[in-house]
Amino acid sequence: MSTPFLSLRDLKVHFSTEDGVVKAVDGLSFDLEKGKTLGIVGESGSGKSVTNMAILGLHDPRNTTMDGEILLDGKELIHASESELEKLRGNKMSMIFQDALASLSPYHTIGAQIAETYRKHTGVSKKEARARAIEMLRRVGIPQPDIRVDDYPHQFSGGMRQRAMIAMALVCDPELLIADEPTTALDVTVQAQIMDLLKDLQQEFGTAIIFITHDLGVIADIADDVLVMYGGRCVERGTKKQVLSAPDHPYTLGLLNSMPSLDGAVDVPLSPIPGSPPSLLNPPSGCRFHPRCGFTEKVTGGLCSTERPALEVAEGRGSACHLTADQKRDLFADFAATRHN
Amino acid sequence: MSNTNPLLDVSGLTKHFPIKGGFPIRRTVGAVQAVDGLDFQVAEGESLGLVGESGCGKSTTGRLITRLLEPTGGKITYRGQDITHAGRKGLAPIRSEIQMIFQDPYASLNPRQTVGKIISGPMEINDINPEGGREKRVRELLEIVGLNPEHFNRFPHEFSGGQRQRIGVARALALEPKLIVADEPVSALDVSIQAQVVNLLQKVQRELGIAFVFIAHDLAIVRHFSQRVAVMYLGKIVEIADREDLYGNPRHPYTRALLSAVPEATVDAEPRERIRLAGDVPSPINPPTGCRFRTRCWKATEKCATEAPTLVQVEGNKPGHLTACHYPETADTVPAPRLAKDPEAAA
Repeated sequence: MSTPFLSLRDLKVHFSTEDGVVKAVDGLSFDLEKGKTLGIVGESGSGKSVTNMAILGLHDPRNTTMDGEILLDGKELIHASESELEKLRGNKMSMIFQDALASLSPYHTIGAQIAETYRKHTGVSKKEARARAIEMLRRVGIPQPDIRVDDYPHQFSGGMRQRAMIAMALVCDPELLIADEPTTALDVTVQAQIMDLLKDLQQEFGTAIIFITHDLGVIADIADDVLVMYGGRCVERGTKKQVLSAPDHPYTLGLLNSMPSLDGAVDVPLSPIPGSPPSLLNPPSGCRFHPRCGFTEKVTGGLCSTERPALEVAEGRGSACHLTADQKRDLFADFAATRHN
Repeated sequence: MSNTNPLLDVSGLTKHFPIKGGFPIRRTVGAVQAVDGLDFQVAEGESLGLVGESGCGKSTTGRLITRLLEPTGGKITYRGQDITHAGRKGLAPIRSEIQMIFQDPYASLNPRQTVGKIISGPMEINDINPEGGREKRVRELLEIVGLNPEHFNRFPHEFSGGQRQRIGVARALALEPKLIVADEPVSALDVSIQAQVVNLLQKVQRELGIAFVFIAHDLAIVRHFSQRVAVMYLGKIVEIADREDLYGNPRHPYTRALLSAVPEATVDAEPRERIRLAGDVPSPINPPTGCRFRTRCWKATEKCATEAPTLVQVEGNKPGHLTACHYPETADTVPAPRLAKDPEAAA
């Protein structure tokens, strides 16, 4: 197998706080090829954003302990120095954040903010950088880019700000783009525009994208592969089709079952997952999902609360659950029936 | 649905927020036309969903119904009584019958009060002394919303987001209301928790027969919860119908585009229609003339710019299904979607 473009091996990110150690990410591995999109799904506190900030090296080293391996194009990032990371950030890898208004500086024009990144990494003249900024704004679909380049962020609408952020993230043609809930704050019609834009740009540049979201519908639209996180660990991974049509972990199944659809039955109550997401200060023993799982009794010997289930991945597909394949086939059988009729 | 005596009857409801400007004397220089001429009814025990994108006026509508805001024009009738401009005294008896559930379960509960105090607050204000005392009633309410009744002495920070939203529901139920306005009650919650709260609201609606005005931007959740749905765009209702008609036979181009933009978590279903609207919602300070959707509509003509369509039962609609469009969609019209990335169209 050729070496993947981005590869995480047993990544651990722990924060020391006054109350104890928060194990935000606790042993996460995945690979990502160029031109592919990996969707990471999970609830708040599942470690999705922490993982990606770790890739970019954005955690404060004073209270963060990172362990494991992050390889970007063969280069180890966990022990890389700040100056090395600085050369990569915005250049080889970049990020789009959820809240575009909070991520843009209100005191600088959109154009200046895009040009700054470009000048830092290429050292071109101000004039060239400005031309590049206009070109990027045009490419992300901002009308009259040569005029709007001198606007301040408050003069842009929510969708346009998100477009400007994408322009900024892509100005140096990065090979890895991390999009952290880029459409969550947007309306559905604008969300659809932004996702189409990301897909077009990916085709054009062959960028590898990590798309973080809590919305399984968005995943179904944009991702190639999906990784489901719960309590700082990966509980299931596979292709989009495998995960969404034939979930292999009770948590994924629960998520899919709890969502109303546009054509499902309306008079039956939804089937929520009971309880609430775990605290990472004092996470549940064994499988972190076991306090909310409906199938723990099926597992012999009470393994769910004592032993961490291993994530066994074969050809990119796997889940971390103590249930046997036969048990899952029986227990999850209702899923297809209830969802697709 | 338009039975003789609706619980709530809204006609021509309008709210314009003045914009002040100028120096040295600040004058009104314009108005944000947040809500502009709404007509709808809510029957007893019914749930009406209000959907639309941000800035379409759905929250303002909720605040007008609860009379947290003073309408600029139009009329709100609650059980036959005109409350459009009722003052403090006139509203006092009605306040207990119309309650509200807010979006943010962190901002809407006082962090310095215990849960018991928060839930009994409405009873204190209205000087209601239920049989067996307020504490007993609080315990009952906590039980109804699925919280441990022993927790009435705890503070909001000891609860998770979903549990806090349950506290908000208990508070809204404290006065046995007839109408609850729920403004995005689940959108701040995690996906796995949303279903818990939706189920709770549905149980409350059915068992206690409370009417709901359910404001949300998530079309799937609204479809699940509301028997009737109104779609809003820039301060106007563009379409209102029973949920089966609205989702199954959308007649307004905006409704159709909105439905097609909702991402669904299925991969093996047949590919759905995709309509991509160009550009953003125009500013409500200076809305387009005629039909407000025309700037993003692929069917717009001269007529749309000059003549505002009225909300009527267009040909082919079932009774109660009203659409405000000059060129309503039919099941087999194939829309010509404009490409969203075309910047000139957006300008």
